[in-house]
Amino acid sequence: MSKLPNASHSSLIERWHMLTGSRLFWAIVMIAGLAFCMAASTYEFLDLYLQLILIYVGINIILTVSLNLINGYMGEFSVGHAGFMAVGAYVASLLTVHVFPPGAQNLLFPLAILAGGIGAALVGFLVAIPSFKTRGDYLAIVTLAFCMIVKSVLENIDAVGGPRGLLGMEKLTTLPWVFFWTALSVWVIRNLVYSNFGRGVLSIREDEIASDLMSVNTRQVKIIAFVVSSFFAGIAGGLFAHALQFINPRMFDILKSTDILIMVYLGGIASIAGSIIGAVIYTILLEVLRPLGVWRMVLMPLMLVLLMIYRPRGIMGLKEIRLFMPLRDLVTEKLWRQKKKEAPDASA
Amino acid sequence: MPLLEIQKLTHRFAGLCAVSDFNFAIEPQELVGIIGPNGAGKTTVFNLITGVYRASEGSIKLDDQELVGLTPHAITKRGIARTFQNIRLFKELSVLDNVRIAHYGQIAYTPTEALLHIGRFRAEEKRITNQALDLLSIFKLDEMASEKAKNLPYGLQRRLEIARALATKPRLLLLDEPAAGMNPNEIIQLMEFIGWIRKTFSVTIILIEHQMRLVMGICERLVVLDFGATIAQGLCSEIQNNPKVLEAYLGVEVAQ
Repeated sequence: MSKLPNASHSSLIERWHMLTGSRLFWAIVMIAGLAFCMAASTYEFLDLYLQLILIYVGINIILTVSLNLINGYMGEFSVGHAGFMAVGAYVASLLTVHVFPPGAQNLLFPLAILAGGIGAALVGFLVAIPSFKTRGDYLAIVTLAFCMIVKSVLENIDAVGGPRGLLGMEKLTTLPWVFFWTALSVWVIRNLVYSNFGRGVLSIREDEIASDLMSVNTRQVKIIAFVVSSFFAGIAGGLFAHALQFINPRMFDILKSTDILIMVYLGGIASIAGSIIGAVIYTILLEVLRPLGVWRMVLMPLMLVLLMIYRPRGIMGLKEIRLFMPLRDLVTEKLWRQKKKEAPDASA
Repeated sequence: MPLLEIQKLTHRFAGLCAVSDFNFAIEPQELVGIIGPNGAGKTTVFNLITGVYRASEGSIKLDDQELVGLTPHAITKRGIARTFQNIRLFKELSVLDNVRIAHYGQIAYTPTEALLHIGRFRAEEKRITNQALDLLSIFKLDEMASEKAKNLPYGLQRRLEIARALATKPRLLLLDEPAAGMNPNEIIQLMEFIGWIRKTFSVTIILIEHQMRLVMGICERLVVLDFGATIAQGLCSEIQNNPKVLEAYLGVEVAQ
């Protein structure tokens, strides 16, 4: 029943876990990944179409992992993720089109993306407030209303192009940048989930009143979750706008939110690995099935129906792979030492 | 000076008076039972003390500091923890995480340190993980640390709930029907267990209970509630023969 660690670190699996637990390993993986993306985009050994798909995969991973924080880990049902994305897309695009000088676009691009994220985070803070008192279906309606408000506000401001949308962005979203922001979002959300505040988020999903009574400051936890989640939705929006080089309010309606929801529930709730798997499968399948034309929109939902019947929690629902679980060593080390103290002979 | 002092506590749910004019005091290290028939307002009293409900009238003071109006987590941080009548563990989470969550108020790192895993993060995580595992080993639950709480047998779930409450480092522990669903044998074990907890963790305990056997066995004093009103208060032996209490539990004899 209990899963005590193997005392000897001799097995290959143990060695692999020790390796993936080290910071150096991750630093090397990240640098290698970034170098690969840079080489791919500079020397174009991946054709542009393939690069574009990878860019969308990255953006969708950011959106999925950040929405999973609210819908999976916290157990709420937000359908407003596209609204946060819109805020990020518009803030970043306005900066690059109207504010930043044309010569320094490449240099200032990360700042524009960051500003988009911060803009979305501020709005996320506002949406967190109704979540103090509202839960479940009712919070879903609040976020739905939020998504509609964002869309209609954008449609009625002429300075951002109104319903016609905004264009004039340079194609600044490159594969290395997408890799960087995707890795950052996955890392930060993993960090959050495996911290005191992340455990607070999980306890709200399990039983909000009990968690409040166990000293969890539920308001603080909800603010952190919504701010972090919307921040990364904003980042994804900025990247999306500068990959497509054109945005309009209709792109960020409830249908876009639905897309992200599908990726979350396909990959599995409350799982980082699941979010990545869901985003990758969904994005690539949509491309692969393109030759089917209209039938694609029949086949995809059908697959979802089957998934919900046979695996209602998604591919990785409530499961995680060891790769994304930090600090397990603290637990295993301590348990192992306790075990050793109790039965000194057994450890030999 | 009493640890907890409740004066003129009254609570109404839209006209229904769930608790009326409840007065109560408990000294440090005491073990007091609250008994009464179904719907007497026992759990409501716990919900009022822990801040789940806000009292309509009256005052609740812990160490002479007013608790009415504080949020539940603020009250827990001041040293009151509880268990629930129907077990309310975080079912899908591991036994270890159930206990670690109760350390929320004792963590010294900030959200920024948590998001970037820098600064005090690792040291603090190590500290509370060790504390939680130590607590689990005291309760003989450390072997199941990575098991999901819902997979534990009923008796161990009750035990885990008490361990989780103690992880908040309370001075006052509120136990809401800890013997619910237990057989007479298990109740005897539970009595010893509660006495042992009181000594080991030097906590003051208020106990809600249905089963007379348990309360008479370990409580020093009893409070009897019926329809929100306090009908008797005093030592166990006095309560046992109190006509009002017998009436509340057994009903009145009707003249034929």
